Amino acid sequence: MTVTEEPGAPAPEIGQARRRKEDARLITGRTTWTDNTVLPGMLHLAVLRSPMAHARITAIDVAAARERPGVVAVYTGRDLADEQGSLPCAWPVTTDMVNPGHPSIAVDRVNHVGEAVAVVVARSRTAAADALEAIEIDYEPLPVVLDMEQAVQDGSPLVHEHTTSNTSYHFVFDAGDAGTGADTDAAFADAEVVVSRRFVQQRLIPAFMEPRSVVVQPLGDNYTMWSATQVPHILRVMAAMVTGIPEHKLRVIAPDVGGGFGGKLQVNPEEILCLLIARRLGKPVKWTETRSESLMTAHHGRDQVQFVDVASDRAGNVKGLRVRLLADMGAYLRLITPGVPVLGAFMFPGIYKFPAYRFECDGVFTNKVPTDAYRGAGRPEATFAIERIMDELAVTLGMDPLELRRKNWIGAEEFPFTTVAGLEYDSGDYATATEQALALIGYDELRAEQRRRRDTNDPVQLGIGFSTFTEMCGLAPSRVLGSLAYGAGGWESASIRMLPTGKVEVVTGSTPHGQGHETAWSQIVADSLGVPFEDVEVLHGDTSVSPRGMDTYGSRSLVVGGTAVVKAAEKVVAKARRVAAHLLEASEEDLEFSGGRFAVRGTPGAGMDIQEIALAVFAAHDYPEGIEPSIDAEATFDPDNFSFPHGTHICAMEVDTETGFVKIRRYACVDDVGTIVNPTIVEGQVHGGLAQGIAQALYEEAVYDAEGNLTTGTFVDYLLPSATDLPHFDTGTTVHPATGNPLGAKGVGEAGCIASTPAVVNAALDAVRHLGVTDIRMPLTPERVWRALHTGGDGGDRAAEGSNAYGGARTTESGYESADHEEAGQ
Amino acid sequence: MTQINLRVDGVSYTDDVEPRTLLVHHLREQLGKVGTVVGCDTSNCGACTVHLDGHAVKSCTVFAVQADGCEVTTVEGLSGGSGGPGGSGVLHPVQRAFTEMHGLQCGFCTPGMIMASIDLLQENPDPSDDEVREGIEGNLCRCTGYQNIVKAVRSAAAEMRAEHEVTVPGLVDAGIVEQAGADERVAQA
Repeated sequence: MTVTEEPGAPAPEIGQARRRKEDARLITGRTTWTDNTVLPGMLHLAVLRSPMAHARITAIDVAAARERPGVVAVYTGRDLADEQGSLPCAWPVTTDMVNPGHPSIAVDRVNHVGEAVAVVVARSRTAAADALEAIEIDYEPLPVVLDMEQAVQDGSPLVHEHTTSNTSYHFVFDAGDAGTGADTDAAFADAEVVVSRRFVQQRLIPAFMEPRSVVVQPLGDNYTMWSATQVPHILRVMAAMVTGIPEHKLRVIAPDVGGGFGGKLQVNPEEILCLLIARRLGKPVKWTETRSESLMTAHHGRDQVQFVDVASDRAGNVKGLRVRLLADMGAYLRLITPGVPVLGAFMFPGIYKFPAYRFECDGVFTNKVPTDAYRGAGRPEATFAIERIMDELAVTLGMDPLELRRKNWIGAEEFPFTTVAGLEYDSGDYATATEQALALIGYDELRAEQRRRRDTNDPVQLGIGFSTFTEMCGLAPSRVLGSLAYGAGGWESASIRMLPTGKVEVVTGSTPHGQGHETAWSQIVADSLGVPFEDVEVLHGDTSVSPRGMDTYGSRSLVVGGTAVVKAAEKVVAKARRVAAHLLEASEEDLEFSGGRFAVRGTPGAGMDIQEIALAVFAAHDYPEGIEPSIDAEATFDPDNFSFPHGTHICAMEVDTETGFVKIRRYACVDDVGTIVNPTIVEGQVHGGLAQGIAQALYEEAVYDAEGNLTTGTFVDYLLPSATDLPHFDTGTTVHPATGNPLGAKGVGEAGCIASTPAVVNAALDAVRHLGVTDIRMPLTPERVWRALHTGGDGGDRAAEGSNAYGGARTTESGYESADHEEAGQ
Repeated sequence: MTQINLRVDGVSYTDDVEPRTLLVHHLREQLGKVGTVVGCDTSNCGACTVHLDGHAVKSCTVFAVQADGCEVTTVEGLSGGSGGPGGSGVLHPVQRAFTEMHGLQCGFCTPGMIMASIDLLQENPDPSDDEVREGIEGNLCRCTGYQNIVKAVRSAAAEMRAEHEVTVPGLVDAGIVEQAGADERVAQA
């Protein structure tokens, strides 16, 4: 812990493993989840949801529901049609993108199971839920489209009848056209080796632990909304646009929020419905979802079919990369739905020096709940593809997978490096991180054990898998986001107020949901202002307290929001310096600021603490001409570039060839997230990310039946890993500070989630490839592994499970028109 | 409506409840014990775990009427019950260990995880890593990957064992604790 050696020279807070300020309220249960909110006269909203994936609503009878005890009002989509607007999609990735619009409550058609079709408002939660059962709806079923590969075929039924196809948009990035790379087709034509694979990113559910909840309180023509959201600032703007409630009449509060993982980066239908109904009734309205509602209706993540081709020479020097993918949008375009795969487009080349690259993506409508951001958002999908296909290339060439990576990755001396996708990676050292990770996991011993198990035909085989990855964090540069048609800027805001008693209030626009901002921001401010960590209070998540912000997602909080705090602190010190100079009768240039104290150079003993200055300015009896009597400052930071954390993850996995059961034996990773403000928080974020990435590889998948019902609609069926499902993690770090922000921070929230999935799958394949297994579809359930072991190849997943499965190893060009694709359509 | 009597975090309550009311909803909505939260509707997540007569239960699997006449302890009762904001200010060793070992991030699962962990340590005061993992298997956390929770539970276990070893004989000497009870606790430790 920090020890102050002498007055004025405290040890830096940045880098200390400070215990979190947030914890005191969380471990005692004295906190403020949205669902804890109770207001006088509060009404409860319950939502009737469509049991049909695609249907026309021909009749709704709500008369009986209106008569139920405690019921105040019942509304259908038609009742609210004139005022509900369309839920926003803020990322129109192409100019000709088809956006069908999305009502908060269906008016005459439903397009996925779980879509709202009627709402009851009642005096109690149970009365509202009971009344739902009295509503009668007649549906006329329509053809259901669930498989994205079938959805893009000619003649497929349409999800939206007024469109001409199920393709929402076609996005292309060609490095040749962009001026960053050579002719991709020529690179493939000339290549000695081409390896092509079809990878499936299964559909996942973010599954934050706190269900979504919203409370709206009308006060005259002003509205206060509490919501379990990651994005109160974005929600406020969007809700104002959707409902017509003026933005300055709407206050959004995100109190403590129980996890998000991207799943609460959304403008929810229920938030809009609570606003509309609170406005109509003039009463507070609350909605809290059940877990089943959450899994069925909160947006899902991932869900891509990727066709990836790598061109190489026989020595393993990569020559080109080609990616075509289908991305399942679900039935509607939500807040950033179409942008998720496009964000990933720039990460497919990974850490490798591809001379040529082309990416194409189709966003496809299906009768499922929409996809949108999920931890990593686009980047895990890309990282999986590149880290898997590098292993496949290594196998094809008969090379060690690490040797192939070393041959092709960007050398430490080559930074800054502009990739073929046009990104400038600012700093890093992939070799050092890899060496450390190898040592951490005990690589040589594991390889020796692997050989022993193979030689003795041990029923339990051992595999070792790598993921040497980078990611794109600090989602800002507003100009870059603008060039990608993102609907907002990516700047972040902070303000700092020195209080008369010497305490410091910090207001951040970055809105946490478990990341520990109050602690990390306090550490930053303690160092910047030279005040004690305990004297700093961080305020967030309330648009009337924190009026400007872009919230928390994409590992942007510390990189962008933390830097805004640093910039605000610099302004505070500059202003305090003017006051100090005045009070000390010295020139500003003669003042040295250190450890919170302005000292007069050359005059020992002469000086003032910044906290004393705050009191003097509050008293305002004597302050310099031309300044206002306050020590406050606001700053906004908009970086010039993303940040690029990187690392090496290694998984050692046991595969029981008799049962198909897989078990992670060791997991080690070394991440470079730039400057570390709080090592405890960094380690915790890595652990949590690993859990989620491993869960994608081994456990989780959202599954729909042929009628479009979500069959993984409870935690009984959707397998979140418990403590017994996850291994111990050995984690380490290297530090190559980011060059794009003064903190040098790169972002850590998504690293574990992005990197671990391919490491785990590569490990499983490494264990059993010598037994004829070429691929296994995620999640690696015992049944899938067993089948792959007994049938060889990829286990026949595609034949057995329809099109949501891999093709086998191919050396021909991939694509939607390829033989594999036609097979998939059967 | 059925009348029930509960003692929750040291305070007695008499209330009329609908027979279908779950204990967790009664605690939250009628008694204002919002420290206990609801995370799922299938008893999988464990976020609502409380102690019923000293043992951990998922309060979404217990009807309020079933708890009639019982003693309920929630996370709010661990650090001083209803004794004002922050209670007594003295944290339970498990609560303290969760913050010291960074066993929480968003904190939503934390009350249930703490209550489950305390019950685990009552049964097994010196669990191995694997035993802790098995012991908290019924409580889901989406943030931490569990590793720091395991560390926290083991750290609290060590502290609680040490406390027993040091303080119990002292209490016996002073005549505060009866010999039999002390022996039992020492044996547990």
